[in-house]
Amino acid sequence: MAAPDQRIRPVEGGVEPPLVNVPPLNQFFDLCRAMSLWPMTFGLACCAIEMMAVGMARFDISRYGAEVFRPSPRQSDLMIVAGTVAKKMAPAVVRLYEQMPSPKYVMALGNCAISGGPFSFKGQYGIIEGVDKLVPVDVYVPGCPPRPEALLEGLFQLQQKLTGKRFWPAPKLPPLEGEQA
Amino acid sequence: MNISNWTAPDPFVTTPDMLIRLVVGLLALAAFVGANATILVYVERKVAGFIQRRPGPFEVGPQGILQTIADAAKLIGKQLVTPRGSDGFLFWLAPIVGFLPVFVMFLPIPWGESTYVVQSDVGVLLILAFAGFGVLSLCLAGWASASKWGLIGAARAVAQSVGYEIPLLLAVLAVCFSHGSMDLMAIVKEQGGWPWQWNVATQPLAFFIYFVCALAETNRAPFDLPEAESELTAGFHTEYSGMGFGLFFLAEYANMIVVCSMATALFLGGFQGPAAPGPWWFLLKVYGLLLVMMWMRWTYPRVRFDQLLNLNWKWLLPLATLNLLATAVALKL
Repeated sequence: MAAPDQRIRPVEGGVEPPLVNVPPLNQFFDLCRAMSLWPMTFGLACCAIEMMAVGMARFDISRYGAEVFRPSPRQSDLMIVAGTVAKKMAPAVVRLYEQMPSPKYVMALGNCAISGGPFSFKGQYGIIEGVDKLVPVDVYVPGCPPRPEALLEGLFQLQQKLTGKRFWPAPKLPPLEGEQA
Repeated sequence: MNISNWTAPDPFVTTPDMLIRLVVGLLALAAFVGANATILVYVERKVAGFIQRRPGPFEVGPQGILQTIADAAKLIGKQLVTPRGSDGFLFWLAPIVGFLPVFVMFLPIPWGESTYVVQSDVGVLLILAFAGFGVLSLCLAGWASASKWGLIGAARAVAQSVGYEIPLLLAVLAVCFSHGSMDLMAIVKEQGGWPWQWNVATQPLAFFIYFVCALAETNRAPFDLPEAESELTAGFHTEYSGMGFGLFFLAEYANMIVVCSMATALFLGGFQGPAAPGPWWFLLKVYGLLLVMMWMRWTYPRVRFDQLLNLNWKWLLPLATLNLLATAVALKL
């Protein structure tokens, strides 16, 4: 077996257009996809702890049908890049993305996955500054690390992106400092 | 030629009754298996949620009842990937081989006094013989997918299924000995309505062995080593996407119903109940057993592989053999 390609490169090629293009059918499938986004069991750093917390009793991502963390990329729909993408890890991230069957979505969870976060400074040599340099990202969830609620909100944003509709009520934000409630 | 008394041949006269019965029965069973898998996946996720003190699927439809329908449609709409280096024909044959024999296994199950598809003298044998196809499909899936995880998962599946089939057969045989029949309908009819008249009262050890082996045969936790996520990615179905994976899932849930139906017919009095015997008693017992299986899955951690094989070869097999011998001696006396 040939040694795996270890060069750091972005994903090649895109998603092919659907063979059958019937708008109502597409809408139905998009709705079903939005309601059953199975994430991949795949954590890179501390943001993965928040990703685990979101599956537990207090936040419970299973309410929205997304608790089926599939260990195999072939069976998952959503890649949650939870943490710093080190240059060592970059070929594996690209490979995992390429192994996922279409339609596939990527969520960049946390500042490291968005832009490199605290590890992004002049002269750094270890990390990829933002996973969107490697794979196309659908939803960015900022935070260091983001709260589990933020991850849920990212899921809702992805559902909105898929179906064009927000399904769950938006949270009421607490008043800002110095602002009257 | 006199054509006055000539009538068109009645198609239903020339068609054997058995064929009609089989076609109607298989259609009904296909609908039953499909509907049941959808419901059971939902129930499983709900049970998992309740055991972990969370609501489980909740927002997709009222109480989340549309969750598995969304999942099924999504799986149908997924791209099908045939990995490079795999044997394409065997790769896609495997899920079909895993799924089709399940229908045959449903045929001899006595749902009720008159609700059955086929009444056969060797009904138990028919089910056990076709249950062997399951391990063939796992083996094919692991071999054809050209993936080390798949291959190790398949090797584990073969070692586990072949090993656990023996005590399972011996436990079933003890019941067949005591009734002198392999006809599920006859075995059910010889049991009474009340729990102490069921075979589980006379053969408690056989029931225990059967249930443990059934868990292992259907690859359910705590014996789900062929698909152990922590070490094998997803085991034999690592490389299957979309409905290939869906068919394995469907076959797993259908197999669960088969082993629970067999346990009900052999040990729990089948459709006999304290009042108004009928298919509802059968279904009640089957779903009770299924809930116990789910409860065990979310309660116990996965066993290690040596523990799994030791349990089989050092405990279940000798116990089942002794149980069979004791039954034979007791019958002879």
